[in-house]
Amino acid sequence: MTATSPPSPTSLPSPLPRPADELARLEAAWTPPRGWKLLTAVNNTYIGIFYIATAFVFFIAAGILALLMRIQLAVPENTFLDQGTYNQMFTMHGTVMMFLFAVPVVEAIGVLLLPNMLGARDLPFPRLSAYAFWAYLIGGVVFFGSIFFGNAPDGGWFMNPPLTSYRYSPGANADWWLLGIGFIEISAIAGAIEIIVGILRTRAPGMSLDKLPIYAWAMLVFAFMIVFAFPAVILATMLLELERAFHWPFFIAELGGDALLWQHLFWFFGHPEVYIIFLPAAGMVSLIVPTMAQTPLVAYRLIVLALAGTGLLSFGLWVHHMFATGIPPLSLSFFAAASMAVTIPSGIQFFAWIATMATGRVQLKTPALFVLGFLAVFLIGGLTGVMVAVVPFDWQVHDTYFIVAHLHYVLFGGMVFPLFAAFYYWTPFLSRQQLSERLGRWVFGLIFVGFNVAFFPMHITGLAGMPRRVYTYSAGLGWDSLNLVSTVGAFLIAAGVAVFLIDVARNFRLDVTNNAGNVWGAGTLEWLPTGNYSVRSIPLITSHEPLWDQPGLAADVEAGRYYLPGTATGRRETLLTSALDAKPQYLLQLPGPGWTPFFAAAGTAAFFLLLTVKLVVPAILGGVLAIVMMLWWMWGSDPGPNHAPVDIGGGITVPVYVTGPASHSWWAMVTLLLVSGMLFGSLVFSYLYLWTVSPRVWPAGGAGIPAPVFPLLAAALLALSSAAIAYASRALRTTVGAGHRGHTMVRISLLAALPLLVAALGVELYGQWQAGLRPTASSYGAVVYTLSALQGQFVLVLLIMGGYTLARSWCGLLDGQRRATFDNTMLLWHYAVAQGLVALLLIHGFPRTFG
Amino acid sequence: MKPHLLLPGVLAPLLLIGACSDLPLVLDPHGSNAQQTARIAWVLFGGGAIIFVLVAMLAAFAVFAPVAGRAWLRHPRFVVVAGIVFPIVALSALLVYTLAVSGELARSRVAAPLRIAVTGETWWWRVRYLDARGETVLETANEMHIPVGQAVELSLDTADVLHSFWVPSLSGKLDMIPGRVNVLRLTADTPGTYRGQCAEFCGAQHAKMAFHVVAREGPDFDLWLAARRMPAAAPQTPDPEQGMTLFIAHCAACHTVRGTPAAGRLGPDLTHVGSRLTLAAGTLPNNAGTFAGWIAGSQHIKPGNRMPSFDRFSGEELVALAEWLESLR
Repeated sequence: MTATSPPSPTSLPSPLPRPADELARLEAAWTPPRGWKLLTAVNNTYIGIFYIATAFVFFIAAGILALLMRIQLAVPENTFLDQGTYNQMFTMHGTVMMFLFAVPVVEAIGVLLLPNMLGARDLPFPRLSAYAFWAYLIGGVVFFGSIFFGNAPDGGWFMNPPLTSYRYSPGANADWWLLGIGFIEISAIAGAIEIIVGILRTRAPGMSLDKLPIYAWAMLVFAFMIVFAFPAVILATMLLELERAFHWPFFIAELGGDALLWQHLFWFFGHPEVYIIFLPAAGMVSLIVPTMAQTPLVAYRLIVLALAGTGLLSFGLWVHHMFATGIPPLSLSFFAAASMAVTIPSGIQFFAWIATMATGRVQLKTPALFVLGFLAVFLIGGLTGVMVAVVPFDWQVHDTYFIVAHLHYVLFGGMVFPLFAAFYYWTPFLSRQQLSERLGRWVFGLIFVGFNVAFFPMHITGLAGMPRRVYTYSAGLGWDSLNLVSTVGAFLIAAGVAVFLIDVARNFRLDVTNNAGNVWGAGTLEWLPTGNYSVRSIPLITSHEPLWDQPGLAADVEAGRYYLPGTATGRRETLLTSALDAKPQYLLQLPGPGWTPFFAAAGTAAFFLLLTVKLVVPAILGGVLAIVMMLWWMWGSDPGPNHAPVDIGGGITVPVYVTGPASHSWWAMVTLLLVSGMLFGSLVFSYLYLWTVSPRVWPAGGAGIPAPVFPLLAAALLALSSAAIAYASRALRTTVGAGHRGHTMVRISLLAALPLLVAALGVELYGQWQAGLRPTASSYGAVVYTLSALQGQFVLVLLIMGGYTLARSWCGLLDGQRRATFDNTMLLWHYAVAQGLVALLLIHGFPRTFG
Repeated sequence: MKPHLLLPGVLAPLLLIGACSDLPLVLDPHGSNAQQTARIAWVLFGGGAIIFVLVAMLAAFAVFAPVAGRAWLRHPRFVVVAGIVFPIVALSALLVYTLAVSGELARSRVAAPLRIAVTGETWWWRVRYLDARGETVLETANEMHIPVGQAVELSLDTADVLHSFWVPSLSGKLDMIPGRVNVLRLTADTPGTYRGQCAEFCGAQHAKMAFHVVAREGPDFDLWLAARRMPAAAPQTPDPEQGMTLFIAHCAACHTVRGTPAAGRLGPDLTHVGSRLTLAAGTLPNNAGTFAGWIAGSQHIKPGNRMPSFDRFSGEELVALAEWLESLR
């Protein structure tokens, strides 16, 4: 054990006795809303539970779709489902499991557990979590509802064009996928930003990165993977929707498009997606195994390296989903090697868990059973994963039931088994009593046996020649009995899930304050006595398993003997610490319950979903509602130094407001810029990719490109607008309070910068149009105009943010100290200008150089 | 790991393979590509099974062995050896082996004398035999006859959406992508009929888009090709006139029958359709009864396909049409 000596009782930060009303004030600040006002809750515990419950409902819904499909396939030439219904069902099964269950549920568990595990009171952006949840709930329910109207997407969860483009899918089915999922991805990114800033900046003092629980490491890698992977699929959905709605030909071969562009973008997201789902589950296992074995995890550092390595490597193997597309053998070999290499980090974790179990003595309680089941099932999935990395073997089994088996062994084995382990393991953290051990064994037995009965035979069904995504098959091909066995197994899994629901109904009684507590004897902070405010006082951490290594920690925390034993400002607040060594930096005042996240989410959902059914005016009204609500909530979120620095105990005094690179909002904005950069990068990739496929539609020798005066003028306008913002930033620095001359300079600069940005975009668009380029004419035209369209989105956001910043200046809410709002606008501004300049260089420089 | 938990994992495959009288298609190869893949597959399955059993035993040992006996598992060095060194060695060996086998195949490629263009259509296969200049010498559908022991070069493309060409007994699959021509070389080693099926989801009737490759001995193949290049033989049905008249009147817009005025290009070429193994891309066995049923109820049998149900024919007309088509051999 790595315990260093804990602080002696006399040296604890906050002396006893604590003031009589301290706890009451803390509880008052964190009082959750009741009744229908639960819609206004923003606290991570509530949002986390809503989030998990919703995701689990989608798990059941998509599982029911799977059962219906298994009934259809139980016997050959069945007519239980027609082909249209079946195709919608397998599309929805995959889409819902991936986007509405797997990613949300692991994100939700993060939202629920991380603050307690890190010793924080809440995540740094509670309303962002609430917004992400409500957007997901509303969007998900409407999206799923499309199946009841026979209008659900039916092109597969991978949505390959040309099948999904306007010619072969004229109905709204595909639009539901593109707009519905596109917007749920945005909600996932919002959650990822929250988790990144939360893990890096809200840890308890002393919890330096090398003491971070492995689960938090996994969630950190997970969130960064979302940041880097999701923009690619968001861009892909944008391109396909542009093609469907306006006939901009990105994927139409005759006009210089290419169907494989979609596959590159989709799998650049789609492969990391597998690890996005698996890593959080592996992180949970890394907490459950040490507890069940009552010994610290072996090889902590190697596991951290393995998590990071998985994250990096997973971006280098998307092509292994495209081995059968006719890509040249040399690149296939590279991706085959990379696909095999990614098993090494998983192997490290695997053997670290085995070593940990060998070190301790495993209690075979339900969570441990699910972990052992996970090891067996995921091992098979990993081994078949190596098999499909072998190119010739993949040519045989690709798109067959062998892959259906493989992916379920990986995803169900790698994520659903750990998830059930987590349900049984963490229920005592949320509920007055734990789940039943007796029922738990039944749940495990039914799911484990059912899973193998359902999915193992599919390996053979695939080798026997049965392709995926077929709604029926002929008798006598050797597939009949295998399919029947699989169907029986599917119903065994369903029985296991049903027993689980009974267990939950009988034993789960939500109560964070009087929870069952640390029944497993675990060592991490979420098992401290807890209330809606998380911990009474924020502990000083000196080890990986503080509850094991710091004697008396729970009692001292609960007695209020550590940092921030109450509320210093009378509001909700959490301690912000430095990213590497978790030194206290400042006190972040957190918002309480409010309606804005709910209505902002409803407006956003209305915007996307009403566009799907082509109700443009109501959609725009929804969008306006969303923006107004967001601005409303932002208005109160930049309070300035409204309170004197506070004493958090132990002689440490921290400010209640900071700006600049130390502030949490700066970190969030930088993360958002990473997302934006990936989105733009994916579009640049698309431009270059389409050029390699169809150079014939590119202007030859610079002919047909606008005269150089256009890009030069546009670039100058962009540079000027950035300069104006930089000048405003300097002018703002000198201002203190209202009435200073600098305020006028700030406003004039902002007012000047806005039209410059718009004009730059206008010049570029005018130049292309007068040169005769049309977005519908060729893939070149489409991608050039899309570069401007993306820039246009940033301009639109900056118009709103710029106007908002001006409004705050006029209202006297902006000065040299209270400038977080301005800083965020400035960061995005400089980014957008840089992006615009790179786009101009690409659009005008590339054809002139290589045309 | 409890021993009884391992049972489903280890026993199920053996039981299932035992239950099937034949090996699955991929493991029962009849062509050079498939043979190579089957060899790799057995190596993968064998290696995978050994690793599974070893790791499962390790896990069981970690949980159930006497505490003293499992001390060696506790060290981080065990994690390094089992989790890093072993996979690197095993995977490198596997990579070298598979690349060597694949390279062997790449080098063995000589110019193929027979070239066939296969176009995926929703939801059937257009098959064209090409001469040296790439001109079509014979067009047929959903069936491809090839000479045994001779490399055949297939040019794969699509008329609409993505499809994927796959005959598991002969070769792995290769996608058909708009704007591209993918080339697949395959050789059949033994005479026989091999079923293939579209492997890339292509819409409503993806499930009913099968085809057959018939491998014939060389001289037999030459005879077959020569016969198929002739126009349709003179019909010998009781009422050939009526069948043909109906066909020209109702079907010629989409279908070709060489030797008659019917020259439609939308649907499959039906010259010699009577000699084919199946109807509607592997959906029905081929006889006059199924043919009549298909014409009258194509939307019932394969809903959403491009051919309307011709339910306006009288029973007598239907029989005449079907019998005439069946006579095209």
